[in-house]
Amino acid sequence: MAKALHMYPDKCTSCLMCEMACSLENEGLFNPAKSRIKVFEFEHGKTSVPYTCTQCEEAWCLHACPTNAIVINADTGAKEVIDDKCVGCKVCTMACPYGTVNYNTSTGKVIKCDLCGGDPKCAEVCPTDAIVYR
Amino acid sequence: MSWQNQVLRVNLTEGVITAEPLNTQWAQDYLGERGLATKYLIDGMDPKADPLSPENLLIFATGPLTGTMSSTSGRFAVVTKGPLTNAIACSNSGGKFGASLKYAGYDMLILEGRSPKPVYLHIVDDEVTLHDAADLWGTTVWHTEETIKERHSDPQLKVASIGVAGEKGVRYACVVNDLHRAAGRSGVGAVMGSKNLKAIAAHGTKGVTVEDMPRFMDTVKRTWKKLADDPAREELTELGTNAMIDSMQEFGGLPTNNFQKVQFEGTDKINPEAMATPNANGHTNLITNKACFGCTIACGRIAHIDQNHFSIVNRKEYWHASGGLEYETAYAFGPVVGVDDIDALTFAGYLMNEHGMDPISFGATLSAAMELFEMGIITTADTDGVPLNFGNAEALTIMAEKTGKYEGFGQVLALGSKRMCEKYGHPELSMSVKGQEFAGYDSRALPGMGLGYATSNRGACHLKHDVFAEDMKDQSAAGKAEPCKTSQDAIATIDSTGLCLFTSGSWDLSDYAAQLDAACAGEWTTERLEQTGERIWNLERQFNLAAGLTRADDTLPPRLLNDPAPSGTAKGRVCELTTMLDEYYKLRGWNQQGEPTAATLDRLGLNT
Repeated sequence: MAKALHMYPDKCTSCLMCEMACSLENEGLFNPAKSRIKVFEFEHGKTSVPYTCTQCEEAWCLHACPTNAIVINADTGAKEVIDDKCVGCKVCTMACPYGTVNYNTSTGKVIKCDLCGGDPKCAEVCPTDAIVYR
Repeated sequence: MSWQNQVLRVNLTEGVITAEPLNTQWAQDYLGERGLATKYLIDGMDPKADPLSPENLLIFATGPLTGTMSSTSGRFAVVTKGPLTNAIACSNSGGKFGASLKYAGYDMLILEGRSPKPVYLHIVDDEVTLHDAADLWGTTVWHTEETIKERHSDPQLKVASIGVAGEKGVRYACVVNDLHRAAGRSGVGAVMGSKNLKAIAAHGTKGVTVEDMPRFMDTVKRTWKKLADDPAREELTELGTNAMIDSMQEFGGLPTNNFQKVQFEGTDKINPEAMATPNANGHTNLITNKACFGCTIACGRIAHIDQNHFSIVNRKEYWHASGGLEYETAYAFGPVVGVDDIDALTFAGYLMNEHGMDPISFGATLSAAMELFEMGIITTADTDGVPLNFGNAEALTIMAEKTGKYEGFGQVLALGSKRMCEKYGHPELSMSVKGQEFAGYDSRALPGMGLGYATSNRGACHLKHDVFAEDMKDQSAAGKAEPCKTSQDAIATIDSTGLCLFTSGSWDLSDYAAQLDAACAGEWTTERLEQTGERIWNLERQFNLAAGLTRADDTLPPRLLNDPAPSGTAKGRVCELTTMLDEYYKLRGWNQQGEPTAATLDRLGLNT
């Protein structure tokens, strides 16, 4: 079975290193607003939950895309956006039941987790092993 | 690069908002955050101005490393003239607000004047607008933060706001961000209230970059590891800052009953072990630990109060988790007021965050009131019928709420201990320097701390110097001036980077220099950081001298100078301040009046 990102909210301190590492890998700068992974906080910070694409089997984003801009990476199983094909119609953002495909206002295309090609930076930098890739 | 090179200036009187280029020469001289904001402050206002008048400036400043992957990169400073001290105020906070402000494209936010009516400031990148806050005025920090996020349908907004305490000018009102982090000290929240500014909400999407990213990330990963491998850091993560309470108790440096004692019988009821142990009802105070933005330490505590506790038994609105006890809150609601009821302490902490007040100054002011009460100077006729005896947990929670809401005797506690004790004819009972109350360390047991307190530019503060190791080793006054000066300068620099001081137990200045050098334009060496820190310290001093402060303000209350410590390792000792102060002035290159000499100003490039 392909490796997957495992999230452990009880270990997450909400430091947002994952969001910064994700934006650095994908955008070349520190910018959580453009991160593919998000940490959600509940009840004054009692619970914080890292959350990103689960690379689900159904892959409704992929099936909904009218330009076939989302493809499966055979090595990692990740559903990846081909930027050249994406026209920014946002249908995938509506199709995804988990809300993990997002529209990037600066590029006019969508962004989602691609597991960094099999070396996800969020897991690499997480100081508490709240995100593990295995 | 690392700096956003842009400053947001808001004239609240006129409602005019402008973005202007950052003065990059000043950034090279003063780095960011504390240092750079001090330069803008001294350049932009008359230090003699009344802190609560429109002439005062209120500056929110990030540092060059704020919002980067350097560990603890969530810091920002609030710099202004403080209404508690009439000196420069520089309060530092974490949480997530600072990074958001920087991501919106600003190194600094400068607030001028006074709005004709209550407003809040909404910042989404280049879209910056003032909004009517009539419906928020008179409400709590927690209500304000939630309402603003809902109003703009934007859960990603990070909010810094004040409660009623700030609106009403409680002298130690603070600015609270992200529900339970705060620019806590010196009354910066009262300045915000005097400007009719209820809140600042920021959502930044521009990001931050650095000069040399590969080198920066190498340095960042090396310093992460250094922090991760340090046992002192591990203790901070595991136990939080309250780990200090047991060592201070044992050492005999734990201010108790308004500094009448230096040890407290009840520490085992409020220490980290007590926080983590279930009570008779099976309720455990501590839930988990949490981090500020970009922090790999995570010293913050999230706690909840036993629902059966008298403070909240009939108040379901407090049956939720929130920020828990840290050392200073444990001290200020515990030993110094003689209370050992962990739920009462935790509730008092909730109230500080909800209403926007500094727990240290509140607790130490209440403790002075308790001493006045026990002396018979004030009675229940003054205190709304509440007996203010040391150890009265109910009095603690009632008075915390009354002060936060500015009601009854809370209006007297709102003055801070100095003004309150003067009002009742006993100024000697105020345990403060320049009007700001002490943190949880007694200067008789820790003389270097005493010198640090006396010379701190923002009044008594435990975070502007670090002579702790030297004091623990040797309790004499000898040899304390040098480490006091050196650490003051180093901390002035660290406070200007955008990083948290709690890294300094594991890193030395060369670790900060390496990160800054990779991130920022210019060459940043350890030596340059030392000199930058000294420049910042002297600039703050210049502000205070221009504001009218003198050597007479660099002192400690008579209790610490004359009354020997009654127990502990320092039993029989007083704090020998004068000797240390003379030596300290000499080391600083100041005359005996505490004024920097022309040669010193020249050396630091401060001769303007």
